Amino acid sequence: MSTRLFELMLWAAGKTVLLSAISIAIGLAIGLLVCAAKLSPRRLLSIPATVYVSLFRGVPLLVQLLLIYNLLPVLGILVPSEVAAIAGLSLCTAAYQAENLRGGFNSVPRGLIEAADMVGMSPWQQLRRIRAPIAFRLTLPALVNEMILILKASSLISVVGVIELTRMAQNLSASTFRPLLFYSVAGAIYLVICWLVAGGGSLAERLMRTGSSR
Amino acid sequence: MSIDFSVVWQQLPQILSAFWNTIWIWIVATILAVLLGFVVAGLRRYGPLWLNLLLRLYVEVIRGTPFLIQLFLLYFGGPFIGLSLEPIPAGLLGMTVYGSAYFSEIFRAGFAAIPPGHVEAAECVGLSRGQIVRRILVPEMTMLVLPQLVNMAIILMKETAILSIITVPELTLVVGAIGSQQYAFVEAMTMLALFYWALVEISDWLGRLAEKKLSKFRFAV
Repeated sequence: MSTRLFELMLWAAGKTVLLSAISIAIGLAIGLLVCAAKLSPRRLLSIPATVYVSLFRGVPLLVQLLLIYNLLPVLGILVPSEVAAIAGLSLCTAAYQAENLRGGFNSVPRGLIEAADMVGMSPWQQLRRIRAPIAFRLTLPALVNEMILILKASSLISVVGVIELTRMAQNLSASTFRPLLFYSVAGAIYLVICWLVAGGGSLAERLMRTGSSR
Repeated sequence: MSIDFSVVWQQLPQILSAFWNTIWIWIVATILAVLLGFVVAGLRRYGPLWLNLLLRLYVEVIRGTPFLIQLFLLYFGGPFIGLSLEPIPAGLLGMTVYGSAYFSEIFRAGFAAIPPGHVEAAECVGLSRGQIVRRILVPEMTMLVLPQLVNMAIILMKETAILSIITVPELTLVVGAIGSQQYAFVEAMTMLALFYWALVEISDWLGRLAEKKLSKFRFAV
């Protein structure tokens, strides 16, 4: 493989990382809202959130992407395919992240919240100082795991016409007639990215553990 | 904007056959992947070190790359090394290999979670090695890992949609094609999404039912 083609693959890998990172960030924001709604005592909020989580976790991502990509123009929303892809990935990962966050918030020890009540913290202070930091620390491994899942799942957005790593490998193997080479290189790049994210995640966990020395 | 769901129902026979493909490919691939995953986990635990390292690489590579890339490598790259497969066998093989890596990790954790005392006790009462595996290890582990096995099987159910990309005639491919021909792609995809949702929820419910039925065999730790 010439260096020019390898550069193209690396550029496409960068796009995979960028689109995945944007989707994870948007998904985390939506996931927080969905999680808050699901934990709410008001059924008007908790029931739609439960349906959202069940729906987006129960439908294959490929079907979600095809649906969103084709639905937007019908609704009169004309956006580039990248935007449709990010919308699809974010909406899907939001459902998984909402569940992870819910697990985190539910695992905050009750005694800590009671203690915060005793010292007269307002609910907002409790959330900001006690519940959110602990829940974040508890859900960090799940978040890293979700990042890796989305990096791999982002290969599906090649189907809605976004040029990322998988689509680039597809195009190059079609034009050079060397699918073994290009799909292997693409696989190796995905592997390296996933290892880097996993390594970064365990580093972050270790740093936080030393930061929380009691 | 007009939405008309009736067009989809006119193609019912085709849809039913695609539904059957989705279901049997899912079930066969899941069973094969569980068996292969069990063998991989067993060899990693009881085999020689070099085999353990080799299989660890296998698991890491499969779990670190997208399923779609694995399928492309198999389906488009395969013929270059003398492995020309039709879409359905390629999909079955790809899904088996993909699933086996995840299942082997589930079994590995299961093997590690069995209290060593149980095996020692079995040795003390004179059970042979084969009996220990058959009577102690496998039943105890099955109970321990059942929830994760069900979970992974449901993930594989959703992954069958990806097989449409290598033209396996399963639900996503057939319903998508009908939708395009009838200029009713959004309607077709909406019904497809609702259908998968129902299938996943039903499988989830069945899995929980099985766990409850089997939980009486769970050992006390």
